[in-house]
Amino acid sequence: MLEIKNLHVGLEEEDKQILKGVNLTVETGKVHAIMGPNGSGKSTLSYVLSGKDGYEVTDGTAELEGTDILDMEPEERAAAGLFLAFQYPVEIPGVGNMTFLRTAVNAQRKARGEEELSAAEFLKVVREKAKSLKIDADMLKRPVNVGFSGGEKKRNEILQMAMLEPKMCILDETDSGLDVDAMKLVAEGVNALRDAGRSFLVITHYQRLLDHIKPDVVHIMADGKIVKTGGPELALEVENNGYADILAEVA
Amino acid sequence: MAALDDVQVKEGVDQETVEAVQSVGGKYKYGFETDIEIEYAPKGLNEDIVRLISEKNNEPEWMLEWRLSAYRRWLQMEEPDWAMVDYPEIDFQDQYYYARPKSMAEKPKSLDEVDPKLLETYAKLGIPLKEQALLAGVEAPEGDRRVAVDAVFDSVSVGTTFKDELAKAGVIFCSISEAIQDHPELVKKYLGSVVPQSDNYYATLNSAVFSDGSFVYIPEGTKCPMELSTYFRINAENTGQFERTLIIADKGAYVSYLEGCTAPQRDIAQLHAAVVELVLLEDAEIKYSTVQNWFPGDEEGKGGIYNFVTKRADCRGDRSKVMWTQVETGSAVTWKYPSCILRGDDSQGEFYSIAIANNMQQADTGTKMIHLGKNTKSRIVSKGISAGKAQNTYRGLVSMHPKAQNGRNYTQCDSLLIGDKCGAHTVPYIEVKNNSARVEHEATTSKVDDEQLFYCRQRGMDEEEAVALVVNGFCKDVLQALPMEFAMEAQALVAISLEGSVG
Repeated sequence: MLEIKNLHVGLEEEDKQILKGVNLTVETGKVHAIMGPNGSGKSTLSYVLSGKDGYEVTDGTAELEGTDILDMEPEERAAAGLFLAFQYPVEIPGVGNMTFLRTAVNAQRKARGEEELSAAEFLKVVREKAKSLKIDADMLKRPVNVGFSGGEKKRNEILQMAMLEPKMCILDETDSGLDVDAMKLVAEGVNALRDAGRSFLVITHYQRLLDHIKPDVVHIMADGKIVKTGGPELALEVENNGYADILAEVA
Repeated sequence: MAALDDVQVKEGVDQETVEAVQSVGGKYKYGFETDIEIEYAPKGLNEDIVRLISEKNNEPEWMLEWRLSAYRRWLQMEEPDWAMVDYPEIDFQDQYYYARPKSMAEKPKSLDEVDPKLLETYAKLGIPLKEQALLAGVEAPEGDRRVAVDAVFDSVSVGTTFKDELAKAGVIFCSISEAIQDHPELVKKYLGSVVPQSDNYYATLNSAVFSDGSFVYIPEGTKCPMELSTYFRINAENTGQFERTLIIADKGAYVSYLEGCTAPQRDIAQLHAAVVELVLLEDAEIKYSTVQNWFPGDEEGKGGIYNFVTKRADCRGDRSKVMWTQVETGSAVTWKYPSCILRGDDSQGEFYSIAIANNMQQADTGTKMIHLGKNTKSRIVSKGISAGKAQNTYRGLVSMHPKAQNGRNYTQCDSLLIGDKCGAHTVPYIEVKNNSARVEHEATTSKVDDEQLFYCRQRGMDEEEAVALVVNGFCKDVLQALPMEFAMEAQALVAISLEGSVG
């Protein structure tokens, strides 16, 4: 599904290298987790893959289903099936959540040459999906993320994911700012979307999210590189011993 | 269906906007010209031209005298220069003051006699003139909302729809030239009573040379059975458009009035100086909505309409209520301050405005709320959006006179900047002359945020769609104040006007 080779990325504005040769392959239908200390480049990886401005790719490739995505516009990557659940979802005052969702869904459908969803069809689907995430009608009407609690914002991200039905989902620290109950709800939402045709890349600082979203593969990232790869047990090792041991071991 | 419609209308952008953006492709959509024979008055301005306009309209002597006195006054006046707009000097002798389609020389008795080319023009603009085809595009889902249209083409009104049906309700809706002939007592009583001849340079000019416009009278206790609308179209070259609108809402009357404007795309700037007067007696209510989409000039600032407009409402009666809503997207230069004189006790004035300036456009717009009566209330919500190299100024006056006990005003003034070469300015004037009045003013300035745009794009929208969505969100408070059909059109316009403003 996603194949990243020797990816080197720096900041556009200053001479600073952040990713220093990332190699990563996420197979179709699998859930991969990336863990790592602060400043290791995890969030940068998610931004570069989704096409945010301000980064410069100096070397390497990233392919989604065999197509190089690094030269594509963010919206083209989205239409190709890439989704990023933001660590800090953005507020858009005055724009109803429902309007935002419908505009996004139809923009992607249009880009893929599919027919747009009618208002009635859309409403039906959105209500169904919102219900399982405990998102009520009021939250669908309110402006996008404005005045939402931390938990509401993250649930809203998962609702967007559910509506857009992407192939490759990147979750950037989706657990940050969530209490246990909210995290469970979000994890359930994600698990409901797990599917043989859909892959996940779950970026997290802590192991606890991985108790709820069980990964197939765990990577440890440090200083702009994947330094260790293993099974779910690797996450437990981090939880018990911290990053220091692993980093010392690979150094 | 009710819930669905709710979603579409009340929430920011929707599908129509997206489609409009995609279909129009960065061009001014209404820039076409109608190929029709036009009859001009000789170029330039003098007493003879004033006489000629009056004669063309078969006006009585008193009207001619009124025009001439305005013209003589105008000669003594100087063009104002206090607004934050900058444009080459206007040569008032290098303009035509009267142009009409030849086919209109004999006034058609009904719409069936109107030149099909004219009807085609309005059809192309999406304005259904023919009563048979009336509801295409303006029909609300319930199917029972209809809009009567008065269409003004260059200097003349080409037709008014639904006249008979309105007459049954006692409503007079016709061109002002007809009203001068058919209802002289009303015109004499009210014309110039809200915006006096001497009010300002452009209003005085208009008083001398106005050629046509709309006239509305809603009798006592009558709720106008449908929305009324005037559609202004400048077609002829080098021609100024000077229309005059007079709306009188008698005691307890209600009317919602819509005004739309477009013009062909031309290299040479054209002058538009209109006057709108609203008179409200006791318990009357008028909603006046404008979607102004005159040609804004090209990216280098060539051509476009110079829009110098005086609009004022006089809440003469107690408990009367007026609401101005304007969406200003066009014109090279806009100079416009729809105002409310809150004379009656407990009268209310509201002003909702979206002003978008892109490329080289300049807008200096706002409102005046003059509180004279007791317990008068006013509310101002202004959203200014600047993009390209445009300059956008909000200029407003809130005045509480000594007798305006317990007067209240709330003003909210928000500016949004797109890019780093445009400007937004806010110039509020506040005069309070009694201690019981309360005046609040809030202002914000923000930029369209890169994070917001990236968020939208990550979800699949292209950059222009994303900007349109964010800007429509910014304007939401005002869009909601518009009648439904206009809200849709306005949303689409917001998107179109900002094309090419990013990236």
